[in-house]
Amino acid sequence: MLEIKNLHATVGGKEILKGIDLTIKPGEIHALMGQNGAGKSTLSNVLVGHPAYTVTEGSVLFNGKDLLAMSPDERAHEGLFLSFQQPVEIPGVSMVNFMRAALNAKRKYQGLDPLDATAFLKLMRERRKIVELDGKLANRSVNEGFSGGEKKRNEIFQMAMLEPTMCILDETDSGLDVDALRIVAEGFNKLRTPETSAIVITHYQRLLDYLKPDFVHVLLGGRIVKTGGPELAMEIEQRGFDWIKTLPSSSI
Amino acid sequence: MINTDDIEQKAGEQQPSARPDAAELQAAGERQPEGQNAFVRSVVDKTYEYGFTTDVETEVIDRGLTEDTVRLISQKKGEPDWLLEFRLKAFRYWLTQEQPTWGHLKMPEIDYQAISYYADPTAKKKSGPKSLEEIDPELMKTFDKLGIPLEERLALSGTAVDAVMDSVSVKTTFREKLAEQGIIFCSISEAVREHPELVRKYLGSVVPYRDNFFAALNSAVFSDGSFVYIPKGVRCPMELSTYFRINAQGTGQFERTLIVCDEDAYVSYLEGCTAPMRDENQLHAAIVEIVVEARAEVKYSTVQNWYPGDKDGRGGVLNLVTKRGLLRGQDSKLSWTQVETGSAITWKYPSCVLAGEGSQAEFYSVAVTNNHQQADTGTKMIHLAPRTRSTIISKGISAGRSQNSYRGLVRVAAKAEGARNYSSCDSLLLSSACGAHTFPYMDVQNPTAVVEHEATTSKISEDQLFYCQQRGIPQEEAVGLIVNGYAKDVLQKLPMEFAVEAQKLLSVSLEGTVG
Repeated sequence: MLEIKNLHATVGGKEILKGIDLTIKPGEIHALMGQNGAGKSTLSNVLVGHPAYTVTEGSVLFNGKDLLAMSPDERAHEGLFLSFQQPVEIPGVSMVNFMRAALNAKRKYQGLDPLDATAFLKLMRERRKIVELDGKLANRSVNEGFSGGEKKRNEIFQMAMLEPTMCILDETDSGLDVDALRIVAEGFNKLRTPETSAIVITHYQRLLDYLKPDFVHVLLGGRIVKTGGPELAMEIEQRGFDWIKTLPSSSI
Repeated sequence: MINTDDIEQKAGEQQPSARPDAAELQAAGERQPEGQNAFVRSVVDKTYEYGFTTDVETEVIDRGLTEDTVRLISQKKGEPDWLLEFRLKAFRYWLTQEQPTWGHLKMPEIDYQAISYYADPTAKKKSGPKSLEEIDPELMKTFDKLGIPLEERLALSGTAVDAVMDSVSVKTTFREKLAEQGIIFCSISEAVREHPELVRKYLGSVVPYRDNFFAALNSAVFSDGSFVYIPKGVRCPMELSTYFRINAQGTGQFERTLIVCDEDAYVSYLEGCTAPMRDENQLHAAIVEIVVEARAEVKYSTVQNWYPGDKDGRGGVLNLVTKRGLLRGQDSKLSWTQVETGSAITWKYPSCVLAGEGSQAEFYSVAVTNNHQQADTGTKMIHLAPRTRSTIISKGISAGRSQNSYRGLVRVAAKAEGARNYSSCDSLLLSSACGAHTFPYMDVQNPTAVVEHEATTSKISEDQLFYCQQRGIPQEEAVGLIVNGYAKDVLQKLPMEFAVEAQKLLSVSLEGTVG
């Protein structure tokens, strides 16, 4: 469903991604690990079309369509979702209005009528429960005054509302205590369908214990330098990244 | 009674001519990424929904302004001598005055002799319409099109309307129903005829004709506007509103509104305005006076959507307005809420004189400027009595090449023991070519007073926009959403139906402005 070929990208004139190749099939979970600055967040930002990043080479196909030619909102409508590392606050915009605008934009794209208020609020109530999000949050402004954990739960809640097929979790586990991590991860698992794929960016094994990735990739200097199964994440948890750096390139 | 002349209400004179640079928060000239500029260019054409004209037989007097013009207007309206005298005094005073230049505005030269000062679209019916059947169907259609049906059965629930086109009130709805409770709601021309004692008592008592250049002009040539009187202890059961429409070419509109809210009474009043698209500037110089007696409360809301001119800055209404409320009685309350999205130039400072002990005043403002629009708007809070409180919340939103200034005065007189003011002035910039400015003035004569002022300037954040887009909300809609969120504190002060309209208006006014 997602086919990344020789992807190069720059931010602020500096090349961060130096030839990423990655193919993700429906239902697969791919973990992306690597030290800070390796290009993990750049990859996720490039995929969702953040305007600060420029693709200089390569291609990305999403369900056979040219992802890089689409606007960020079109990418969202096609089923791509990013759970932000640092969700931004939007003062004065209630979660209800925000989600309603988002969901109805998607429905419009799909040629459907907007959901009426009653049906929409009912859907919000249902989906909120999946991540045990407080009902009061629905009336608060988007992420404003939310704790770190609430913000992350709010990201998964939005995922529940929009039902994407390709999710990118960018350090969704960072800043979460054990209980919050469990709620977020189990919430994600409840939402998964056999067709849902994900890229999970993380530094820790904890999240992967819940999400059970099919593949683990190590990013280094803007390239994927090693790919393995779940056991690779365990190994990194124990040994760090330094041993990967010293591997001869032929073993990559 | 307080004589407002004594407390130096001269808006034109009390503003220091040199701008306090330290207080000026100018934030312009930052670069935006190329991608967004391209986006702006592609969608920057803003559409003005109310730019149509009405083809109706209108009696327009000859252009030009002399004493004879003033006499002619007064005669057309069949006014008593005292009012003609009032007009003439104002006119003679106006002749001695210069147009003020202290605003942060590039004002086009106004040729006061090139304007017609009276245009009557109801002239065909000599005596003026007495019932709905007599109103010209073209006028009915016009107000229908503006969303202001003049038939009571079609009216917005709970809202009475005085509909003013050019110089004349076309129709005031629900008058009889309101009269059952002793409430007077009619055009000011009718009030002069039917309640001369009330008009004479209060006209010019809050904004004297000597107040400023435009106040003198208005006092000389004012045509129509609304008159409201809420008797003691009455809570007005409906929202009262006036809809101002400029239609005729080459005319100015000189609205005059007077609201008196007697002891323990309450009223919520709304004002809306639109004008056709024309290449020339049109002058709108209004006065609104409000008197609030003991324990009474007045809420005054404005959604100002005069034609703003085209995207190159051609045409548009010059909106030069003096609005002031006198909180005369103890524990009286007055709140101004304004959403300013229209006009080529806005020069407007709805103010409060807190003369009653314990009186409370509020000013909530959202001012949006786009393309070449200029706004210099704010308020004055004059604390004269002990325990008076005022709140100022101002949100400026600038886009395109526009200039948007907040100008506010907080004055605490020596006798205003324990007075409090809180001011918060925020500016949001949507482009790199626009300007946002804040000119706060403070004059505190009582050491027990607490006066607080906060100001921020921010650019619409790329991260906020992107967050919305990642969730599937298109960029333009995202701008509307974020701006409405930014203005929420003010919008939620508006009556419900108005708030919905205002929200839509904010989004439309800013279509395609991120850059």
